[in-house]
Amino acid sequence: MPIQRKTSAKKAIRKTHPASQTGGGARSSHSSPKNPSLILLEDPALRSRNTFATPQFHSAFSPGFLHPGSSISVSHFTLQDVSRILEEASELEAMPVFRRAQRFAKRRVALLFYESSTRTRTSFELAAKSLGADTVLVSALSSSIEKGESLKDTGITLRSLGAECIILRHPNSGAPYVLGRATGLPILNAGDGSHEHPSQALLDLRTILAHFPADNGTAARRKPSITDRTLDGITVTIVGDILHSRVARSNALLLPRLGARVLFCGPEMLLPGFAANIGPGVEIERSFERALRLSNVVIMLRIQKERLSGLQIDLEDYMEQYQLHMERLAAYAPTAMILHPGPMIRGLEITSEVADGPNSAVAEQVYHGSIIRMALLARALDASPKKNEQSSRHR
Amino acid sequence: MTTILIQGGHLVDSSTGMDARRDLFLRDGRVAALDLPGKLDALAKKEKAEIIDASGLIVAPGLVDIHVHLREPGQGYKETIASGTRAAAAGGFTSVCAMPNTIPVNDTVETTRWMQSPEREAVARVFPIAAATLGSRGEAIADYKALQAAGAVAVSDDGKPILEDSIMFEALAQAARIGLPVIQHAEDTRLTQGASMHAGALAFRLGLRGMSAEAESGIVERDIELLARLRKTDAGSHAHLHVAHLSTAQALEAVRKAKRSGLRVTCEVTPHHFALTEEAIGDYNTDAKMSPPLRSEEDRLALIGGILDGTVDAIATDHAPHALHEKEQEFERAPNGIIGLETALGLSLLVLHRQRQMPLARVLALLSSQPAQVLHLKHRGSLVVGSFADVVLFRANGDWQFRVSESKSKSRNSPFDGWRLPGRILMTISEGRIVHDARGTIK
Repeated sequence: MPIQRKTSAKKAIRKTHPASQTGGGARSSHSSPKNPSLILLEDPALRSRNTFATPQFHSAFSPGFLHPGSSISVSHFTLQDVSRILEEASELEAMPVFRRAQRFAKRRVALLFYESSTRTRTSFELAAKSLGADTVLVSALSSSIEKGESLKDTGITLRSLGAECIILRHPNSGAPYVLGRATGLPILNAGDGSHEHPSQALLDLRTILAHFPADNGTAARRKPSITDRTLDGITVTIVGDILHSRVARSNALLLPRLGARVLFCGPEMLLPGFAANIGPGVEIERSFERALRLSNVVIMLRIQKERLSGLQIDLEDYMEQYQLHMERLAAYAPTAMILHPGPMIRGLEITSEVADGPNSAVAEQVYHGSIIRMALLARALDASPKKNEQSSRHR
Repeated sequence: MTTILIQGGHLVDSSTGMDARRDLFLRDGRVAALDLPGKLDALAKKEKAEIIDASGLIVAPGLVDIHVHLREPGQGYKETIASGTRAAAAGGFTSVCAMPNTIPVNDTVETTRWMQSPEREAVARVFPIAAATLGSRGEAIADYKALQAAGAVAVSDDGKPILEDSIMFEALAQAARIGLPVIQHAEDTRLTQGASMHAGALAFRLGLRGMSAEAESGIVERDIELLARLRKTDAGSHAHLHVAHLSTAQALEAVRKAKRSGLRVTCEVTPHHFALTEEAIGDYNTDAKMSPPLRSEEDRLALIGGILDGTVDAIATDHAPHALHEKEQEFERAPNGIIGLETALGLSLLVLHRQRQMPLARVLALLSSQPAQVLHLKHRGSLVVGSFADVVLFRANGDWQFRVSESKSKSRNSPFDGWRLPGRILMTISEGRIVHDARGTIK
């Protein structure tokens, strides 16, 4: 039974002026500062290379200075952007390895990781390397960040060292905006606090499309032209610690725009009632069984102990209600596809039998992750000017 | 001392109900005379007074802000008493009450005196608010009598609310004995750990921990209960609770009820809480981060309702300067607060007068005579003969644009950069001294 879900593509267009709703105060766009002594502090080479690098002196917050190659929130993507990213992904996937390695040969990509990560970090790093780029990893515990260096200064340092794109993972929601405004570089958000994880939503989408090709008959992976009806009739249930999950937010902001129905499922403590207001096409279903019955896709989430800060969860009770085990799966959603962004805590939210069973697409997700991340890197590096030529001449 | 004649202006003084063309004569830092246009010309000539042409301008009592952070002693990189009062003067304020969360916390006679010393080069009168408990640690009551004698006009642990019932009760009781108001920053910090904005759907979407309305209203309700209990004792008849920067509909309702029951409870609201909602955070704008946080549209409308029906006693800015490097951080790490002295009159006129048709005199009362009354600042917020010669001259019609880069504050943390506001201030006179004069800069 297809579920109709219309989402206007216009909504995807980023709001650049969030300022006020009280009518009286339209925020003027910021003009560049006039103080000449401050202008002299700028490196002319940097200035010529990057028009987004204009520093701001009058306010810590300057809207609208984000590099267009950035992937910070899925809400910034138009459906056309999503289509292009998926097309690029398929092209790169099909490309011979040696040709792919020439695509961005010797371009510089920095991975800036303030939180630990296995799959996202490795996936981004291998994606960059397979495109021929040089990568450098900076992690919080082995850098000047430990000595108190700010995110802004860390970003400016990386830019000065030649980084043309920064992949950021950070424990604070919204951190990619700080880095993007400070450096003017394309920022790929590899997870910020409880906010978003856009590459995860895109790789989940690609995994879903591989199993549920769009109605137009052509295989989704070959010709993924995305519309607001691509996922018509598909119900995706996201289960567990929604409150702290950036994966849940990115998926809930992306999938309904393609026609999917998204159900959030979990206990009140991990899923407050207002979560459904995140956007159209998202509903709350507290009963796991009822949600499973409706689901084509189930995304299981880990309880993020590191972000609970004070919340007490009765794990026995949680597992009783929300663990995905074989009996539950067989009884309520025998054909559903099971996803998990990882890391999985086997025996807690999911049993080994399900994680390794025939419905699980967890390993596929990781594969699609590396392809999607190549496409996001290509988008970022294509959008930024070619390095060295101009700037080295200026020196 | 100089003498000044302010000529041809439209005088609005809510303390007397005056709303007419009047000339105003200032001598020796006081209001010396007030009369029909032209009537004071001879006197002015005789005393060789400086003549100020106020035709087309509103002449009103200098504004009174009972909630500012001047950051001195201890954090001169954010603001000094000199720079903070220059911002005050630019915003039409001639009296500012400075919160004690300085470094060290102002819990002593020495610090209270130091802040008022002429060496601070203040251009508006600074009234210190002393700490309610030693070090604002919420444990031991400070020496209110000595602090009051040194010039403190109220006590508060602003930013660090007093959570312990017995301590709050004791603070109210001791302050009541000597007629000092106790100002509470109402926030149950046990419920707001790690929170950086208003709780709700937007906080969820942004992945930020939220402060619930209950964390504010719970403390306000608790304080009112303590006040009611104190009222029954002998010492309690003068007990006065003042709720700082009230921001939620629930807390406002609690104050409304308490007032009806005859308790001495007053409250203030900031311009940013009645001009903005949480939506102003946008893409994590740290200049829209403060405590209490910007709330929902329902809360904003409730606050305006409370202002219109008289539940709200005063508009106060909670002027809270922070250096650029502190605000250009991750949202959750950035400190709370915005500067507000230079935009307060404009925002009040915009939202209350222009959008909600509140009479000009009533808007000005909320910014001068009423706050002066709340903290018993004598001869302030009024132009009656004998009052301090604190005067603001501004244009009632026509807009001006606020540019934070031109602020007199040392800090730049304002969400109102670029806003067009009514009420261009042309001159501020503090105790007979012209401390802000923008006549030359405007055509």
